[in-house]
Amino acid sequence: MSTGRRVILGLAAPVAALVFAVVTSSIVLLISGSDPLAAYGDMFSHAAKLETLVDLLNRATPLYLAGVAVAIGFRMNLFNIGVEGQYLLAFLVAAHVGSLVSLPAVLHISLILIVAMSVGGAYAGVAGVLKVTRGVNEVISTIMLNAIAITGISAWLIKEWQAEGGVRAGTTTRTGTTPIDDSGLLPGLNGVVEVFTREIGQGKELTGVFVIAVVVGVWYHVFINRTVLGFDLRATGINPFAARVGGVPPGRMIVLAMVLSGAVAGLIGMTELMQTGFYPANPIQSLGFAGIAAALLGRNNPFGIAVAALIFAFLDVSSGVLQFTGAAPREIVVIMQGVIILAAVIAYEIMRRVRERDEARHASAAPAEVPA
Amino acid sequence: MSARLTWIAELPAWARWAAYAAIGVFVLTLVQGFDDTDRLTAVSSSQSMLRWGVPILLAGLGGLFSERAGVVNIGLEGMMILGTWFGAWGAINYGAWWGLAAGLIGGGLGGLVHAVATVQFGVDHIISGVVINVGALGVARFLSSEVFTGYAGGSITQSPRVPGVGQFTFPVLAGGDIGGWSSPDVLGWFGDRGWFFVSDVANVSKGLVTEVSFVTLIALALVPFSTWLLWRTRFGLRLRICGERPEAGEAQGVNVYLYKYIGVLISGALAGLAGAFIVSPELSGIYNEGQTTGRGFIGLAALIFGNWRPLGVLRGALLFGYVFGLGLRDLGGTASHSLLLVNAIALLGIAVWAYSRGNRNNAGLAGMLCVLTTIWYLTSDTVPDWWVNILPYVVVLVVLAFFSQRLRMPAADGQRYRKGES
Repeated sequence: MSTGRRVILGLAAPVAALVFAVVTSSIVLLISGSDPLAAYGDMFSHAAKLETLVDLLNRATPLYLAGVAVAIGFRMNLFNIGVEGQYLLAFLVAAHVGSLVSLPAVLHISLILIVAMSVGGAYAGVAGVLKVTRGVNEVISTIMLNAIAITGISAWLIKEWQAEGGVRAGTTTRTGTTPIDDSGLLPGLNGVVEVFTREIGQGKELTGVFVIAVVVGVWYHVFINRTVLGFDLRATGINPFAARVGGVPPGRMIVLAMVLSGAVAGLIGMTELMQTGFYPANPIQSLGFAGIAAALLGRNNPFGIAVAALIFAFLDVSSGVLQFTGAAPREIVVIMQGVIILAAVIAYEIMRRVRERDEARHASAAPAEVPA
Repeated sequence: MSARLTWIAELPAWARWAAYAAIGVFVLTLVQGFDDTDRLTAVSSSQSMLRWGVPILLAGLGGLFSERAGVVNIGLEGMMILGTWFGAWGAINYGAWWGLAAGLIGGGLGGLVHAVATVQFGVDHIISGVVINVGALGVARFLSSEVFTGYAGGSITQSPRVPGVGQFTFPVLAGGDIGGWSSPDVLGWFGDRGWFFVSDVANVSKGLVTEVSFVTLIALALVPFSTWLLWRTRFGLRLRICGERPEAGEAQGVNVYLYKYIGVLISGALAGLAGAFIVSPELSGIYNEGQTTGRGFIGLAALIFGNWRPLGVLRGALLFGYVFGLGLRDLGGTASHSLLLVNAIALLGIAVWAYSRGNRNNAGLAGMLCVLTTIWYLTSDTVPDWWVNILPYVVVLVVLAFFSQRLRMPAADGQRYRKGES
């Protein structure tokens, strides 16, 4: 198969999925009596603003981290549905620990990040250990652990740890943990961005976690593709029996993959934590599931996940404008996201079959050239 | 324990189940004697057990049909969400029974998407299920913003009041009416005597036959019906072979795709019915976003807990329903506190059972958990509400950790099947 055909096949699936999603949502919008073109126009012109772009990157950062967390599991044929519970728990514990101490900025920030990664990794590790020692399917156990973390442990700890009298956030008072000292907050990146652009207004601040996300992405790429451990991990995912014969203990790989996945998941909540400094009673949720979508659309590829995260972030952020212009109900983007991801996995499956057929044809054609 | 209870295993099925139930009530009776509560065996407790158990039961039976046909259905939660929305919409506009039908169809549509993705296109079952869960939330939100916001008392997350299909109290047993004549209340009479154990059994039984929704009756009837359909008919044999050895079915001329489609569609429809029951007055009487609170997953847990069998699903659904129902009415946390001791006794049972089978590891682990639970029980007077909320999930994890080697899922469950590839 030529390289050109391979590239086209690789790109065809996500593009087809996007087109299909746009068409489907347009039909839904037409049925509900809205003008799809006006809605899309509003969304794009809104997203072209610098402030919206900052919002978009702020939203894409946790999405990307969630996508990488899920992808690490996928590479090992593990389905970490528990990213949701892992990051909320890590977020809460990191917020609390961070508020207890006052350290020089570098140490303080490092401590918070390490706590978050440890908690996320440990909680995901529970599912890994249950799978290895008890044969419990990780899909079921992480679903249960999600519920336990969100409705149980978090609900309990937030009551124990919440700041008395609430936390002041801007003009309102919210329930949450005691705010972290400024030394524990990662500075924003507005200064860096403003070198290239105009001043960012409306009090928007590009999160410093963006840098962490980039680092995680590079690490993920190097780890999976350039290290022995990453190779072992992938090999075990593809064929555990062959890997075992090759001297890779599958049990250890399973636990390792879950812990790494959970550790990255622990960073998801940092975007919000570094911005506000506390864990609120109603933190931003469903990022874990959005991460699954990003990993699927991005095919577990560090660059692909970034594109997917940007697409989903665009839909999330730019849909806000629909409320003001009234061109369409903003809930349409949730449907769009669902359709994109479903269409993408179906399209990838079809492409896989096309590729297999190509290879089979190629293989059957090749021997004919060899003289008997 | 296993040695002394072998005589139970030799009884016919119905008697065995009655014996297990009696032992359960006996333990509850004993335990609540230690604490100052009569909640564990109250009429209202078994009544709410049944009410809260029904959505779990329906979702679990839904999962049963899908997984017996070889398709893992994580999307039950999403199909249940669709069921709540369509159930509320149908009931408000066309009456309670049409609401059930609408919920059935709404969930069935979710099932159709799952079937198209997994059976037709061979998408990974878990992935498709997750997408359906997320997508259903968006669809329900979108539909609410389009429809419910236009109703009086409705909003983007809520519907107006939803009517119910009505309730039924059994005559003679629990004092229901027969054509205007109010019959005696036999179980109630025994329940009021205050006799140890006898009154407790009467109270628990009375809860099961008092003000039972017609949906509950349908759901309970579905249990033997599913057993009959799956294990006693040609249809069931064909459906099950798709979950065990689809290639063998194909060789026998079974249209595997068709049966998988049917299984997943039934699955979605039952999950939708569960959703329609959640919005009925017995449980909430209103559509409210996020009200399924993961009960589709609990249904899935009941399915695994029940070893992929209808009666087992019923057992799991009633267990989880009991815990949920008790927790909701138990605001002080005293009855749930007694439940801790029940947990400890159950863990002790597991430990003894594992030890008698020579599994020292499991026995030690269960014993340790038992001791921890007992310490917690002895050092506290109430349990916090979050514990009640997560108890079903903890039970599932513990059960899976100790018994997952003994559970047997359909052999080809969750695997991709392509026609003509074998």
